[in-house]
Amino acid sequence: MPTITTVVIGAGHAGLAMSKCLADRSIDHVVIERGEVANSWRTERWDSLRLLTPNWQSRLPGYGYEGDDPDGYRTMPETFAFIDRYASVISAPVQTNTKVISVRNTDAGYLVATDQGDWQCRTVVLATGACNIPNIPAVADAVPSKIAMLTPVQYRNPDQLDDGGVLVVGASATGTQLAEEIHRSGRPVTLAAGEHIRVPRVYRGRDILWWMDVAGVHDERYDEIEDIVRARKVPSFQLVGSPQRETLDFNALTDIGVNLIGRFAGIRDGKGQFSGSLCNQCAMSDLKMNRLLGAFDEWATENGLDDEVEAPHRLPPTEVATLPPLSMDLSDGGIRTILWATGYRPDYSWLEVPVFDRKGRVRHDGGVVVDHPGMYLMGMQFLRRRKSALIDGAGDDARDLSDHLVSYLGGQAVSADRPNAGK
Amino acid sequence: MAESESTVDNGVNVEALLGARAALTDAPEAAKFKWRATCEWKNGTHSNSTVEGYFGLGEEHKHRTTFSFDADHPETFASEDNGATPVEYVLVGLASCLTAGVAAIAQHRNIQLRSVTATIEGGMDLQGILGIDSDVRNGFDGIKVSYKIDADASDDDIKALVAQSQKRSAVYDIVTNPTNVTVEVN
Repeated sequence: MPTITTVVIGAGHAGLAMSKCLADRSIDHVVIERGEVANSWRTERWDSLRLLTPNWQSRLPGYGYEGDDPDGYRTMPETFAFIDRYASVISAPVQTNTKVISVRNTDAGYLVATDQGDWQCRTVVLATGACNIPNIPAVADAVPSKIAMLTPVQYRNPDQLDDGGVLVVGASATGTQLAEEIHRSGRPVTLAAGEHIRVPRVYRGRDILWWMDVAGVHDERYDEIEDIVRARKVPSFQLVGSPQRETLDFNALTDIGVNLIGRFAGIRDGKGQFSGSLCNQCAMSDLKMNRLLGAFDEWATENGLDDEVEAPHRLPPTEVATLPPLSMDLSDGGIRTILWATGYRPDYSWLEVPVFDRKGRVRHDGGVVVDHPGMYLMGMQFLRRRKSALIDGAGDDARDLSDHLVSYLGGQAVSADRPNAGK
Repeated sequence: MAESESTVDNGVNVEALLGARAALTDAPEAAKFKWRATCEWKNGTHSNSTVEGYFGLGEEHKHRTTFSFDADHPETFASEDNGATPVEYVLVGLASCLTAGVAAIAQHRNIQLRSVTATIEGGMDLQGILGIDSDVRNGFDGIKVSYKIDADASDDDIKALVAQSQKRSAVYDIVTNPTNVTVEVN
């Protein structure tokens, strides 16, 4: 069985950033990938999707955007080409088409079993992503069988769907984008919304994610934030990366005729029941947005940028019916399809090391797995910084965690009294 | 912000609440509570309910005293008006839950409250409960809560307090979302 210092599982942007940092620190490693490089971007995204981050904001260790459209947003083919190129620029030791069967701990570290043979390693990096399995709420079990159901992982374009009404459940970036696209295809959309985060695409002439970056919000650290458990669960911004750089909020959606309704709460007697909390959810979202924009305004003034960017402005409040409907007949044929845009979770079915909390999440301290030294996590929401799940966030996390990994190996070599263990 | 913390006092022990939150995160079983009331029919539409014990933190507890609530219907309904109507108790429950939330969140956010008044109104079309029109529901067709708050904070911060209170409120959740109700006869 081959022995190696580190196995990185997953050759997306996070695994590759880690590979680059390990190579820079002379750690011999292999990056195992179940499909091709950037597999999820290639195979699990809808056709029209573009990245939410502008082109320039995809800085990886030793790599970045060099094209002539820094403010544009990559299509999926452009995204996987970008990551593919990164793999070859850094000569990452990627072994593609290698599916991990299990990871177990051994006396010497970890045993990574794959369908192409096993690896013995002292450290392992889990970079398989945060969005492997779509969440489907339990209420789906009660949906009448006449209604087709699908998730964003299966969705490619509106042509897949029957003609007729579509209920999109969930109003983060995915839900709002798909609601717009499906509604424009002539299938009337109802969008069920709980907690959501509204932001303008462009604020004072600059991309909202430019503000997040320069004002330091993206760099906020996991150990300096008040409630990290909550911060890791915050839904994604309502954003779309379109060439027109338009804002995709509820006002934009209701303008084209999308019907807004509260959080999908249950089904009784063939009727969908929806929460009466929509007005508060919208009010809350507007308040949060204005607080964020206010913080950017303060930052701009403090940093003498007021003359360089446009004047401060606010979006009109979200317009929502005072009494949105609380129920909807699911058996009268009005709704033909339900699309669950209710988030994702990682797939750890192959991880046979007891590192999970009671909710099935890997217990970690900024990506350092707590219960099993030598195991690391990458690419998760707010892993070490607010930007951790972004392409742009992988570099700083990979630098920190590879440093930790090196010192772990050093300490281990000394304490275990194995002079060769450092390789 | 932290240095002025000691000056804000809304009478809410936030440290205890945060301590409980931390403790219950580690011991989720202890977080399971049962709230109870007993209701006894008096006469006509008049009943008397009492609230005495509840279960939580793994054991039975008792309120300091037994609380008693008379419910009835008003004279408009040809009743004797021995107490608030049951739907008014729902309004009381919602308003007091939201108001407790406002105080706790204000304390946590370091906002001194001077006065908080909620006015709450539930609309109801009696054609529902009287069975005149089956398209009209029995319950409220909407509830309106209006807050007047005097506090050391900006308008947006006060609005955020009230919004967050709705987000965290048990009664708000009970009223805005469906709940399975099981009624048995022994």
